[in-house]
Amino acid sequence: MKILTYFEVKDGEIKKASFETASKAAEIAEKLNGEACALFVGENISEEMAKSPSRVNIKKSYILKNESLKTFSNSIYASAISNFAKEREFDAILFPATSTGKDLAPIVSAYFDVPYISDVIKVDVENGDVTFVKPIFSGKAMKKISVEENCFVASLRVNVFPVIEKHCETLVESVEAKLDDVKSSKVTGYEKGSSELLDVAEADIIISGGRGMKGPENFEMLAEVAKLFGGAMGASRAAVDAGWVPHSHQVGQTGKVVSPSLYIACGISGAIQHLAGMSSSKVIVAINKDKDAPIFNVATYGIVGDLFEIVPLLKEEIKSLKG
Amino acid sequence: MRIITLVKHVRDTETRVKVAENGAKLEFIGENWVLNPYDEFAVEEGLRLKEKFGGEVVALSVGDEESSKSLRQAMAMGADSAILLSDPLFNDLDPLSTARVIAEQLKKESFDLILCGKHGVGDDNQAVGSIVGALLNIPVATVVVNLEIQGSDVKAKREIEGGLEVLEMGLPCLISCQKGLNEPRYPSLKGIMSAKKKEIRTINASVLGIDEKFFSKRIKFITFLEPPPRPKGKLIKGEPRDAVKELVKLLSEEAKVL
Ligand SMILES: Cc1cc2nc3c(=O)[nH]c(=O)nc-3n(C[C@H](O)[C@H](O)[C@H](O)COP(=O)(O)OP(=O)(O)OC[C@H]3O[C@@H](n4cnc5c(N)ncnc54)[C@H](O)[C@@H]3O)c2cc1C
Ligand SMILES: Nc1ncnc2c1ncn2[C@@H]1O[C@H](COP(=O)(O)O)[C@@H](O)[C@H]1O
Repeated sequence: MKILTYFEVKDGEIKKASFETASKAAEIAEKLNGEACALFVGENISEEMAKSPSRVNIKKSYILKNESLKTFSNSIYASAISNFAKEREFDAILFPATSTGKDLAPIVSAYFDVPYISDVIKVDVENGDVTFVKPIFSGKAMKKISVEENCFVASLRVNVFPVIEKHCETLVESVEAKLDDVKSSKVTGYEKGSSELLDVAEADIIISGGRGMKGPENFEMLAEVAKLFGGAMGASRAAVDAGWVPHSHQVGQTGKVVSPSLYIACGISGAIQHLAGMSSSKVIVAINKDKDAPIFNVATYGIVGDLFEIVPLLKEEIKSLKG
Repeated sequence: MRIITLVKHVRDTETRVKVAENGAKLEFIGENWVLNPYDEFAVEEGLRLKEKFGGEVVALSVGDEESSKSLRQAMAMGADSAILLSDPLFNDLDPLSTARVIAEQLKKESFDLILCGKHGVGDDNQAVGSIVGALLNIPVATVVVNLEIQGSDVKAKREIEGGLEVLEMGLPCLISCQKGLNEPRYPSLKGIMSAKKKEIRTINASVLGIDEKFFSKRIKFITFLEPPPRPKGKLIKGEPRDAVKELVKLLSEEAKVL
């Protein structure tokens, strides 16, 4: 069993989710007496960078190079990846389920002609089969599946799998990528979001506000707490639809699905579509004045009270904690 | 411009889901089915482009007879006609297989643009559209919140962590539509009436020219599982100041997340 795991590099840095995915790849390979390798794509990947999967017990790294891989183009990258995987006889390819991973993986599945399993939250090896657990109906249920002959393309949900530090020697090989004549979209620019905060999809701590926040001006207070945490600010659809916060902050069924270590819900009732986006968070705190709000059913810790009283106190406490 | 919109008939988001028969089956509370909310953005975008450039919008779905309801809904919004790919062989397909069926039909169609939803609620794959685009060898842009077409040049903005990515490509291409791209219209009464008279072409596996050998490696279903239960929560009582102190203490010492 040979598994390739994609390492995403953005602005000269490896995304942490790549190490989460690679840790799992290394573990599967070990259990199946197989081999897990790292794959970097692009012109400006240094040898030193390509060695860093040594942290998570990946013994071989490849760098795919080609003029056409200088800037990101999903189908061209996918063509490079699947041609490489075919040529070196890999059985499976793993991606972190980042926005780039979720963009690339299905295209790779098409070119590699291997089924795709998205947004996986659990991977095991049972009787020689790699099994996957994937949320369906926005996490209201899970489906456990495997793929014939352990041939798969899968993306692993961010922030769910631990990075397992296990150092080893890593060999690096640079390979000239083979590309098919694929038509691709090309990235030509980037527009940074308005806030200096992390995106909810990446943050380890999220503080979210709902209709209970009463108005846009009060989200400032949440942003400040988020900043103290080094985290992100989220919102319910009610707050987004009211125009208080941009849609990029929305958590839930038609927003983003998040699994941070800590999710703090302020003035959010806990509608099923909101829970769909955050109920797999490790710790959930609910602050709501209605003791019967459904958000308390999923909360690890709850405070029944007025958020306009609680949140400023919370900010003070965090400030003194962080010194 | 001939625009294909891929639409899926799904259970609405209020539906409650329960695992039954030791994981062999799902039971649903609520039997409301709708046009996948993200596909409404795709249909709406198609209609706006048709209003601008002229042409035709065709809705296409893989599914059983019931899926014709979502196709009618798309036509009530304004789509001109519909194609239903329906066969017992097409039940419960994985994204790659679904996409291969769709691509097989689209190879026989002419089109300038394919629009799909960001994801199909229920299966939550976020994959079928991209795979269709890849199989047809046309550019793919996913999670798009802004689309501009001039001549055969396409500029799209897609949502990524912390901002938007700007993409350029040429027609024909495939665009997966995210909330924010537009505000879908409600069908008018006239639209609903005329949708009843519009054509749905139903195509089965043999007309499409495929059989079970068409599908490659298969996903094996093992079981359905309930989501991991959440540990019972703790309600922190007392004066706000004390409660917040207690909360921060629990977060740092018990839960160890600070
Ligand atoms: C197809 C579809 C998709 C959807 N997708 C999403 C989605 O992605 N994300 C999402 O969030 N929703 C989504 N929804 C909407 C969802 O059903 C709810 O309407 C929404 O989540 C409610 O937001 P809320 O909790 O902020 O508001 P409300 O339900 O109005 O709750 C406000 C809460 O604030 C509390 N409150 C008020 N004042 C205070 C105060 N001073 N102090 C403390 N607490 C206070 C109240 O007790 C109440 O519990 C979707 C709905 C549909 C139909
Ligand atoms: N059975 C289907 N028939 C037609 N289009 C589909 C089907 N399944 C998925 N799609 C399209 O692909 C998009 C992504 O779906 P999914 O990959 O299932 O999340 C949907 O929003 C639809 O536009």
